[in-house]
Amino acid sequence: MRSEKIAALRASLTKAGLDLPERHARVPLGHEAADACLKGGLLRGALHEVFAQAGHEASATGFAAGFAARVADRKPILWIQQDFSALEFGEVAATGLLELGIDPSRFLVLRVAHAEEALRAASDALTCSALGAVVIEIVGEHRVLDLKTSRRITLGAAETNVTALLLRFNAVPDTSSAETRWMIRAARSNEQDKNWGMPRFDAELARNRHGRTGRWVMEWNCDDAIFRKREAADRGAVVSAPFDRPAAAAMENERRRACA
Amino acid sequence: MPAPDAPPLVVAAKEKNALVISALDRKATALGLRVGQPLANARAMLPALKAVTANEQADLKLLCRIADWCERFTPFVALDPPRGLLLDVTGATHLFGGEQAMLDRIRANLEGQGFAVRGGMAGSALAARALARYRSGSVAAPGDEAKAIAALPVEALLLDPVTTHAFRRAGLKRVGQVAGRDRRELTSRFGARMVFTLDSALGATEAPILPRAPLPDYRAERNFPEPVMTEDVIRAALTELASSLCEILEKRGEGARCLEAAFFRADGIVRRIAVETGTPVRDPAIIERLFRERLDALADPLDPGFGYDLIRLSASRAERAEAGVADFDADLNAKREIRFLIDRLAARFGAHRILAFQPNDTHIPEYAFAAVPAQHAQETKVMWEKIRGPGEAPRRPLRLLTKPEPVSLLRAVPGSNAPHMRWRHAQRVVTQAEGPERIVMEWWRHQDPQPTRDYHRIEDAEGRRSWIFREGIPDREAFSAQWRIQGTFA
Repeated sequence: MRSEKIAALRASLTKAGLDLPERHARVPLGHEAADACLKGGLLRGALHEVFAQAGHEASATGFAAGFAARVADRKPILWIQQDFSALEFGEVAATGLLELGIDPSRFLVLRVAHAEEALRAASDALTCSALGAVVIEIVGEHRVLDLKTSRRITLGAAETNVTALLLRFNAVPDTSSAETRWMIRAARSNEQDKNWGMPRFDAELARNRHGRTGRWVMEWNCDDAIFRKREAADRGAVVSAPFDRPAAAAMENERRRACA
Repeated sequence: MPAPDAPPLVVAAKEKNALVISALDRKATALGLRVGQPLANARAMLPALKAVTANEQADLKLLCRIADWCERFTPFVALDPPRGLLLDVTGATHLFGGEQAMLDRIRANLEGQGFAVRGGMAGSALAARALARYRSGSVAAPGDEAKAIAALPVEALLLDPVTTHAFRRAGLKRVGQVAGRDRRELTSRFGARMVFTLDSALGATEAPILPRAPLPDYRAERNFPEPVMTEDVIRAALTELASSLCEILEKRGEGARCLEAAFFRADGIVRRIAVETGTPVRDPAIIERLFRERLDALADPLDPGFGYDLIRLSASRAERAEAGVADFDADLNAKREIRFLIDRLAARFGAHRILAFQPNDTHIPEYAFAAVPAQHAQETKVMWEKIRGPGEAPRRPLRLLTKPEPVSLLRAVPGSNAPHMRWRHAQRVVTQAEGPERIVMEWWRHQDPQPTRDYHRIEDAEGRRSWIFREGIPDREAFSAQWRIQGTFA
């Protein structure tokens, strides 16, 4: 009832030539189906969550780096990383970013000890409107990462129009005020690809505040720094690991599969 | 103060394999003991003697603590070990009611803290030192040094014992007698160094003294008649100091790269807190914010104890800074905002925690880039260079392990023909592999030959890609069959 009314009002405004601009611009990812779901692209000045499947941390990192590069629009990107994450999954390498077609000199890396510090630094960084995006890389489950925190980040991001990307490893989704939530795992390359193929992601849009959800295989085009559509690998079905159970379960699954 | 019936106390230090008295209390002096006397000798004279072993490190530490406390009078404090301090109070005496009043105040304050103090003030450091030892509490007016120390014994010049002994034997027992001799005569007999010492003691030449810490370029300080301890007052004082410091900087057209706040506690403890900036700053709001971040992040917070009676804000490393005229230039404004953010994060987490990437001119994967402190990052001439060709997949991993980890590659495992990779106790089925990419180590950088590495990119059944290598070339170099993983691709 109410939404119909709003739609009617919007329509009348559009007819009068007064186009209602979205408060924050949307940045197309380049993948048509995903962009359609997102009503044109990734919303700037909002919080987006990227969850890595257990064992697929590097893919999630690449996906988040691609996101950040798309939304930041040549502005600097602050990457907040926990020390433990760098030890466990490796440091984010400048040469790796360069090979993905993202200019490493745009990046600032902040090393922090705890998730609390990471979130504090993020809140501070989100007050700086000269930044393009803030990536917050957090390992594991933390009590500080509750609805209140995500609301605070969302508000901070909306105020300065800086996009916040929460990159989570070894964690299961919880309630949050994020605009979108993505579940990322690597996707297999095609045998037909002549030279090794571009990075490919099996990306599930598990939550979308303003639209449908979906699951696609996306490819990151390193030359144009944009996501592209690609047919899913058809060699053998990839068993999808559970998103709703802790990492240990996924590891167990993996082990079983390996033993089978 | 020791109890009246306490035994005489001496401090003994080891000198040429014998314990020798290095310091002693009044009672021991009165009983005829002296510095330099062997301890056994002294014990024979006074069996009730109490002796403690000297601890030079602890003495020096205490001397440094006293020097810290003395910094409230002047930032120029020099150590004169083992038990002396030199303070350059040029231009500061009027703040304390004149030279004599200042000297009396320093002595009274230190005595109040339980130290036995001797002090003197003069136009030259050596004259002041001589006065302190032989005429404690006296002040020599500028230009009067020669007259003030003329009556002191030659030992007051603190020359080496051989020279002092020679003077004594020649009948020159007072400084004035030595000073009256012809300089040529003295130089030919005792050398130029002795004459230089004499002349600098007399105020005729200047002997430099070395301050403990480099002196700050600019400083602003505030004294509190009543020690302050509440956080609000301390912060307000800091804000006020920041704005007066910035006024000075503004006048000189400079900005500070390094700022230090020193909190002088009433009981003598001094706490220093420093912040650094990437570019010269002279905006009180920025300085105040940086200190707020730093104070919030302190692992051991400021402990005012009985309160601070002096807070000093000093700027070292002042550099030229152009006035803020670029307000209309959006690009410059954005840059300034980023720099402020970097300074803020550096103040909170430490300068080594906020990093920027810089390319290095090498093809060794782990050295091809460096993450350097963003505050100190400078433009380099080296350019970022891609390794992959157009249309190709990345050739360098996105996540680089801090140290390559061993993996085992199994050609086939029971029940499967595909090769497996075992890393961190998990098996992955390898579906694709590409390589090798041979990377030769830079022989011109190392003394010993480093093994060549053959890198392969592999993909597993889940699509994850990793970068593994093996060291050495069979039959040519020391070859290691151990595979190592260095990173993972997106």
